[in-house]
Parts: sequence; C-alpha cells; structure tokens
Amino acid sequence: MSDSQATALQHRDNPALLHHFATEEQQKDSSSLGMWIFLGTEVMFFGGLFCAYLIYRGWYYNDFATASRSINAALGGTNTAVLICSSLTVVLAIWAAQTARRGLMLAMLVLTMLFGTAFLGIKGIEYHDKFVEHHVPGPSFDFHDPIPGHPGEYANPQHAQIFFALYFIMTGLHALHMIVGLGVFSWLLWAAWKGRFTPEYHTPLEIGGLYWHFVDIVWIYLFPLLYLIDRH
Amino acid sequence: MAKTTVQPVERENYLNKHYGIGSWLFTTDHKRIALLYLLSITFFFFIGGFYALLIRLELLTPAGDIVLADTYNKLFTMHGQVMVFFFLIPSIPAVLGNFLIPMMVGAKDLAFPRINLLSWYIYIIAGAMMMHCMLTGGVDTGWTFYTPFSTAFSNTKVIEAGLAIFVAGFSSILTGLNFVVTIHRMRAPGMTWGRLPLFVWAHYATSIIQILGTPVIAITLVLVVAERALHLGIFDPKLGGDPLLFQHLFWFYSHPAVYIMILPSMGVVTEIIACFSRKRIFGYTFVALSSIAIAVFGFLVWAHHMFVAGISVYAALIFSLLSYAVAVPSAIKVFNWTATLYKGSIRYDAPMLYAFGFLGLFTMGGLTGLFLAALGIDMHVHDTYFVIAHFHYIMVGGALMGYLGGMHFWWPKITGKLYPEGWARLAALIVFLGFNLTFFPQFILGYLGMPRRMYAYPPEFQVLNVLSTAGATVLGVGYLLPMIYFLWSMRYGKPAADNPWNAAGLEWKTQSPPTTFNFDQEPVVTWEAYNYDELDARQPQEAHVVG
Repeated sequence: MSDSQATALQHRDNPALLHHFATEEQQKDSSSLGMWIFLGTEVMFFGGLFCAYLIYRGWYYNDFATASRSINAALGGTNTAVLICSSLTVVLAIWAAQTARRGLMLAMLVLTMLFGTAFLGIKGIEYHDKFVEHHVPGPSFDFHDPIPGHPGEYANPQHAQIFFALYFIMTGLHALHMIVGLGVFSWLLWAAWKGRFTPEYHTPLEIGGLYWHFVDIVWIYLFPLLYLIDRH
Repeated sequence: MAKTTVQPVERENYLNKHYGIGSWLFTTDHKRIALLYLLSITFFFFIGGFYALLIRLELLTPAGDIVLADTYNKLFTMHGQVMVFFFLIPSIPAVLGNFLIPMMVGAKDLAFPRINLLSWYIYIIAGAMMMHCMLTGGVDTGWTFYTPFSTAFSNTKVIEAGLAIFVAGFSSILTGLNFVVTIHRMRAPGMTWGRLPLFVWAHYATSIIQILGTPVIAITLVLVVAERALHLGIFDPKLGGDPLLFQHLFWFYSHPAVYIMILPSMGVVTEIIACFSRKRIFGYTFVALSSIAIAVFGFLVWAHHMFVAGISVYAALIFSLLSYAVAVPSAIKVFNWTATLYKGSIRYDAPMLYAFGFLGLFTMGGLTGLFLAALGIDMHVHDTYFVIAHFHYIMVGGALMGYLGGMHFWWPKITGKLYPEGWARLAALIVFLGFNLTFFPQFILGYLGMPRRMYAYPPEFQVLNVLSTAGATVLGVGYLLPMIYFLWSMRYGKPAADNPWNAAGLEWKTQSPPTTFNFDQEPVVTWEAYNYDELDARQPQEAHVVG
C-alpha cells in the first residue's frame, strides 16, 4: 500500500479513526460487536467438544470418574486461581487507561502476561505428569486404575482413553487460546508503552480484555468438568 | 483484470485508481476483494465441474469402464468438497455480498476491511491445501467424511482435506462476522432495518448461520483428524466411540450450510424480481423475516440426514416435523415473489430469466425435500439418485441460478460495461434446459432404486443416465458462455450507465464502476426500499442522465 493510500485511510485530524467510520463511537461499537460475535463462534467451537464430552461422560461414567481422579486437581485449582487473578488485572489495566494512570496500566498488563505464562507453565507440568504415567492417548497409552467404590473393578482402558483424548484436546485448545492471548497482550503492552491509549481511546484494551475474559471463562467450565467428576 | 481497458473518457473509479499487482493483493477495498474472490471461486468452480464431467462420462455406460472404482470414489468426493466448500459457500456472499452490502447500506466499506482481506487470504491458503491434496491423491470418503471409514479405513488423504476445509471455514466465519457488524453499525442515516434491501436481510440470515454453524464443523474436523492420526476412538465403535455423534456434529453444520448457499440466492432473486416487474416487493416484512426464520429453523433439522442411521424413532419423528416446518418460510418467499410478479410490468432481461429459472427449480428442489423429510419415503429413496437430484435442484438449480442472475444484474455496476443481452438470454435458456435434462432423469433413477456413489449400474438404467450425461454437456456449454462474454465485455462491451436497469437501491445511485469510497457524499435515505412506483413516475431516461 502506498503512503498516499495509507493516509487516505485515516481521518486527517484523528489518526485513530479509520476512514470508513464516521465517528469514534461507531468505530468502537463496531469493534466490540465484532469481538462479541467472534466469542459467539468460540462458544460454538468449544460447544462441539462439550457435547462430545457430556455424551461419553454419561455413557462411561465410572471410567471417566476414575480417569478424572488421576489428573492433579491441586494444580488445576491453582491454575483456576491464577486465571481469575489475571482477569482482575485485565480489568484494572482498563480502569488505569480510563483514568490515565499509565504506570499502573503497564504494570497490570505485565502482571496479566505473567499470570498467563504461569498458567501455561503449570499446565506443562500437568502434561508432563500424564506423559510419564503413559496417560497420553496413542500406542503407549496405559490405564488400569481401579474404579473407586467398586472393589475389584478396573476402568476400561478404551473408555479412559476417550476421556484423556478429550482432556488433551479441550485443554490443548484452551492453552492454544492462552498463547494467542499472550500474543495479543504483548501487542497491547507495546501499544500502551507507546502511549496509544488514552482515557478517550482505549478500544483495543477492551477488545483484548473481552477475549481474555472469555478464555478465562472456558477454563472455569473445563476445570470442574474434567477435574472434579467424582471428588467429594 | 479489467484495468487493461483504455477509454477516451474514464472517470476515476475503484478499478483505475491504483494500478499494479500490489494494489490488488494488499487492497482493503471491499469491491476489489470481491473481485479477488470472483477469480478464485471461478477457478474452483471449473475444477469441481471437471470432476462432474468425469463422473457423468463414467456413468454413460452401465459397466465401470473409464475409471476404477477407487478413482470414482475420489471423483465424487472431490467434486462435492470443492463445489460445497470452495465454490457454493463463498459464491454469492464473498463476491456479490462483499461488493454490494456496503453500498446497499450506504457505507464506505465493510466494518473490518483488513479482516475482509484476511478472509480472502485464508481462503487461498485453504484452496492451496485442497489443490495439493487433490494433486497428490485426493480423498475417497465422500464429501461427508463419515466415520469410522474416514478415520480408520480409508487410505487416502483425509487429514489433508480435513485441514483444508477446517481452514476454509475461518474464511467463511470472518465474512459472516464482517457482514453482521456492517449491517448493524454501518448503515447510512435514514437506512432503517425496514428500508434495507432484502438482499441484505438474506445475507444477515446467512451470516448468522456462518457464525454459529461453521465452528462446529471446524471442531468436528479437528476430532476426525486427531482420531485418524492418533487412533483415539472418539468416533470409532471398535474403540468405544460413536459414529452417530460424528454424523450429528457434521450435519449440525452441513445441513444449515445448504441455507448458506440458498439464502443469498434468494436475496438476489428478490432484487431482480422487484426490478424487472417494476414493483415494490409484496410483503416486505414477511420476506425479510422468513430469511431469519429459515436460518433459525435450519439449525433444528439436521438429523433428517440420519433417518436410516439408527436414531430413535421419536427423534426421527420430531426431526421430520421440524423439516416440514422449514418449508413454511420458504413457501412464504415463493408466494411473495409470485405475488410481486402479479400485475407487474415484467421485462425478460437475462437476470430475470435466471430469476424465473430459480423460481421453478427451487420450488421443485424444495418440494422433493419434503418427500425426503417424510420418514416412509426416505427409507425408500435414501442414498439414491433421488437425493442427488433433490439437492442439485437446490444447490445448482437454486443457488447457482441466483448467482448467475446476480452476476448479470450487477455486472454493469461491477465493471462499468454492458454484457451482450442476446447471448446472455441464450445462455440462461441453455442453462435451464441443460440443468433439467441433467437432473430430472435422476429423480426417476433414484425412485427406481439406483444408488448414489456407484460407478457401475444395471443396464436398464442406461437410457436415463445417457440423458443425464447429455444434459450435463449442455449445462457445461451454458456455464462456459457467460464466462466468455463476460470476459469479452470487459474489453469490448458498451459502457454502462450508472443505473442501466433504472433500479432502486443505493448501489445504483453511485457511478458505474463506483469510486473507491463508493459515494461522494454520505447518502441520506428518505425513501422506502423498492420505490419503483416513484422511480417510474419520473421520466425513464432521467436515471440514465442523472445517475
């Protein structure tokens, strides 16, 4: 794109307002509606997996409950807390932008990314444990744990493998969303550092925040579904 | 592209404002992106058509003599996947919708121009993956990827095709997202929901399906790919999985996908019928809301593809009933179009011929759909050529006729050139006749019991199959003709006036071809949609002069 074209795509007096929008409000409304719709597609995306999960959980309840006990609820619970904290820091970053507290905004963005990285690290430890225990679906899969409350009965390895397949696909996709989120927040941090966000204009922060909260919420559903099937 | 045209007096427009390959590949102009899509989907249309040609050639004789059985399986699979995911689903939305929706609502562009370009690049990446898959062996699962065949038994490139379609889905999602936001947020002052062209309403309904349905096929394909690569057992009954779950997830998208194809076409036909009968569309509100109703009901009928797959009889009854319910909004549309024609001043220009073709063929496709929604008849004709004929009447007779009609109707706006009307009418006639000759015999074949997806058949079916193959040849000529005279008209066609049809709608109030930002000043809408009585009350030539 040539320079002349690039400048023609923005309003002369307001570089943040793109050429095809009449007002900042229209631009902001469009961006946030776009993100909400995108989150709608994400709900359907994960919805297919939740549907598959619920069906097999109903069919193979004992096997799923047994397999669920083998994953580390303490680590999963820690991760839940980490993510909830990160959502708080996102909100604080937006509040800081609204009230022109630049230092706080930058600190909160950095903190959000640290929480996100910590989540992925803990998730990595969990995956590693599963790998060591041969609980990763595939040729070396091995699972024979006894079914709690049913002495002498053992979980069906095939059904347990379906649990672990869904576990890895669901948490894997979630982790992928976290990684994308970290990418988005790296850009937001850079833009915030450059002073792009003002009390009047901080739409990207809000849009990025919406995405982050959504990924957080997915985990809020994944955690009890996968970790807490049969723990009292 | 069209930029090669040299004219003595040419106003600045979106085609001649910037030159060079970069100005196309990095454009964010919705009109240029529409043309990029036009080129790409035309390419895939002819690939898919090539497979269809080979299929019809093989079926010319009862014996399997041209290709092997395994090759034939690949032919119909690739035909289906290319036509559905790389031609029909993007066709009208990505080309005509992209070009027209911003102009119809009075905006300078879609809400997210860069995402619009991104969606084209995603489509191209998916297309390249699909081409690579086809050139290195292809797939033989049928376009439906049914498990466990696709995950455990097929020796073909299932993973590659699955990933290609997975990627293509995101292109579709982004287009739908862009349209919904544009229609909500970018309407010009005075352009209320009740004044929107019904083309826009139809695309709104389409976009809802794209947004809510496509992610489900995406995750389903992820599961198929993962299962095939790692032998997980999610859909494999031998490993404790459920193949019916796959079918439910697959059809949850793939049935509404039919409405992604037909709804935009209905939008096109609505515009054409109003213009060429010079009347306000009959029952505007009903036509608008029936689009939404089709989108909503369309999500509730998917299991009618599974009546013989072993679902419970109660589920089958409910899905049968709901499938009948979809016929109601569809019928509302057909009756309203017919009522619009009543006492209209009808002109038989090429777009209108396509619209008439659509009316007849869509009605036949829709009514035979009711046969298939009936549990008893479906047992008899399931997986026969009756089904093939039915959905080709919808997807080709309906969706493709609408697409061609729309291309003719808006061609003067897109290129600033008139296509040769005589040739266009001839082509419309050839397409209509060729289509019926191809697919009507298939209804009879199916009813007599010829199964789909077989490369050989008993000799008593040969006469009807020869008719069908002959029809396909005629149809092929009918599709080549418009491509030839469209290309011809870009260089030699007469310059088009700004509003050659004297049509209502904001897109006709700007110059042909439009400027990059569509309007010189932001339009303010003070009139109702389809105000043909007001337009015709003025001198007919006035529109040509004033534009």
